[in-house]
Amino acid sequence: MNDILSGIQAAFWLIVTLDADLIEITLRSLQVSLSALVIASVLALPFGTWLAVRRFRYRRATIATLNALMGLPPVVVGLIVYLLLSRSGPFGVLGLLFTPTAMIIAQVIIITPLIASIAHQAMRELWAEYHDLLISLNTTKRQRIMTLIWDGRRALLTAGLAGFGRAIGEVGAIMIVGGNIDHATRVLTTAIALETGKGDFELALGLGFVLIALALLVNFGIHSLSKTEREGRW
Amino acid sequence: MKRIIAAFLILFSTQLHAETMKLAVTTSFHNSGLSDVLLPVIQDEIGIEVQLIVVGTGQALRLGRAGDVDAILVHSKAAEETFVEDGYGTHRREIMYNDFVLIGPETDPAQIAEAATASGALQKIEAIQSTFVSRGDDSGTHKKETSLWSSAGFDAASFGAWYKAVGSGMGASLNTAAGIDAYILSDRASWLNFGNKGGLAVLFSGDPVLFNQYAYLPVDPERHPHVNATAARQLEAWLTSPTAKELINTYQIDGEGLFTFNATQ
Amino acid sequence: MTHSMSVSLHKMHVKRRGKSILGPIDLELAPTGFTMVLGPNGAGKTTLLKVLHGIERVSSGSVQWSVSGAQAQQEQAYVFQSPIMLRRSVSQNLAYPLQISGISKAEITGRVETWLDRIGLSNMAERPATRLSGGERQKLALGRALIRDPQVLFLDEPCANLDGRSTREIEALLLNTLHTGTRIIMTTHDIGQARRLASDVVFLLNGELHEQGRATEFFDEPKTPEAKAFLNGDIVE
Repeated sequence: MNDILSGIQAAFWLIVTLDADLIEITLRSLQVSLSALVIASVLALPFGTWLAVRRFRYRRATIATLNALMGLPPVVVGLIVYLLLSRSGPFGVLGLLFTPTAMIIAQVIIITPLIASIAHQAMRELWAEYHDLLISLNTTKRQRIMTLIWDGRRALLTAGLAGFGRAIGEVGAIMIVGGNIDHATRVLTTAIALETGKGDFELALGLGFVLIALALLVNFGIHSLSKTEREGRW
Repeated sequence: MKRIIAAFLILFSTQLHAETMKLAVTTSFHNSGLSDVLLPVIQDEIGIEVQLIVVGTGQALRLGRAGDVDAILVHSKAAEETFVEDGYGTHRREIMYNDFVLIGPETDPAQIAEAATASGALQKIEAIQSTFVSRGDDSGTHKKETSLWSSAGFDAASFGAWYKAVGSGMGASLNTAAGIDAYILSDRASWLNFGNKGGLAVLFSGDPVLFNQYAYLPVDPERHPHVNATAARQLEAWLTSPTAKELINTYQIDGEGLFTFNATQ
Repeated sequence: MTHSMSVSLHKMHVKRRGKSILGPIDLELAPTGFTMVLGPNGAGKTTLLKVLHGIERVSSGSVQWSVSGAQAQQEQAYVFQSPIMLRRSVSQNLAYPLQISGISKAEITGRVETWLDRIGLSNMAERPATRLSGGERQKLALGRALIRDPQVLFLDEPCANLDGRSTREIEALLLNTLHTGTRIIMTTHDIGQARRLASDVVFLLNGELHEQGRATEFFDEPKTPEAKAFLNGDIVE
């Protein structure tokens, strides 16, 4: 109990004194996870919607695969990305290992199936509702997907948030591909792992609380954004 | 959209720093805190930003073999010599040493504080099968521990449930030992910097077999042409310089010196 | 607007899992008029409407519009039995069919305003469509169907579950539409409504075309005992 209290205290001081390392680490966490979120969303949202709209031969198998990929162990993703990006691996020439880009790649792989799967479930319901109308209006496939994405944007936002939560709280993969380099690839989760390793639980907990606060803040922020939009425009 | 592009520019610009090099170091070296003293001075004096990849000795050697780092700083002599022989590193340069210590519950149930040698201390632990935490991660410290057990006449692999191989870094292993009041082998630096000592204390140290030699190995640029060999050379020169000697020998935690500089010119 | 959209069905048959749902039917529909599709529940009225609109797959036989298939569907609109509301505002619902046809924004604004006024929803233009009452939804669905000036309008029970006032408003809109030259094909359970609106009748029974003719003749002198029983309000099997 004492440990937790002193952790809260440590977190409080880190924040009110605007600790330079803390700010740097926090900004990098956001930079990596938000970049991963944007890339994963651009891939996953249309794909999930497309899966809901389109009937094709291997659709069921694709959906089952997607749901299975949702449970990809991050450590394994990290290891595979590491082997691919290593100088002795197929993409070694790019020199991306131990850079934020490598961390973004790993996170994109981890959260894309998650976002696509949640998006697909939400879009399937909306498509069942809209199906007859959109067919009757003779819409093109592209128009159907765009309509579903726009009208289902709140559900998609939720899917994105779930992905962001998984990305920013992830440690296994980014530790391996990022290397937890001070001032280069250290983010909140890897810093927490490091401080725990040093037995410095106060700082670890402090960073942990900052991480939780950050996740809550982003969630509330996006939620209130979507709310004002809803009230203002419709 | 502009903001997204800006974010990507920031992201890629991090790779465009003037002069950086990647150095794989062991957890125990990093935990000592010495790097926090050395790195800023290195940046000042020779203008190189050294990025540390903190891993176990086994992974550090692998990173060097794959060419993912420019040099490594580890402490496992046999493995280092193989690394150079196999043509992955140009040479091996000894920099400094610190020492390992045996840590255990303050009550010292096995009475290892009275032992004359490290082997004797381990024999006492084995005799009463007192709980012992091993790194179990093929790191330099783990290799050292295994060799100590065998020179004491035991095969660590055949021990029963009292011998717990946790497969973690030094800090995590110390956390485990503190949690279950177990004996553990640690480097002195990691121990002194460790914040969660619980009921543990240093019970045995000083046997010369416990000395822990650190060596610097630049990755061979003939095998991996992309490595920053110039920076690796400059760093080696600095690490063996009088400035480094002064900083390493005077580095203290809680009034205790940790490292002894022993690089030869 | 050209009014040349006649349609002919030739041995049209819809089967699902080996069971016959509708047909085989041979049917000709003239390019103008107000056709009422009548028949008891399960007779195949909705299926016929969907087949004509081209959104129900035909198992065998053919459906031939006097223009090409793609053009035919472009010039048609369909109002579903339970109106489908897009999760948008009332005016955005009206604008949607115009947007997907690539019409300019300025023209869309003008036409949406005209139609908001015609369907009497001007005062709730910005309200979410999903919060409208049943009658308002039906009027919105009708407005959305008519905003592209279709040559053929299909309606599936547009006044089911509506109160008298809403029904009257919708009937007025339909007659207005008919007078501007739009062909209307509609199903209903309300025989009074059929008498008020229809110019000709298609009477379906058990998935087959039972009787077809001018409305006045059908209502005054039905040729078959089943049609007579249906008009009397008896249960027809």
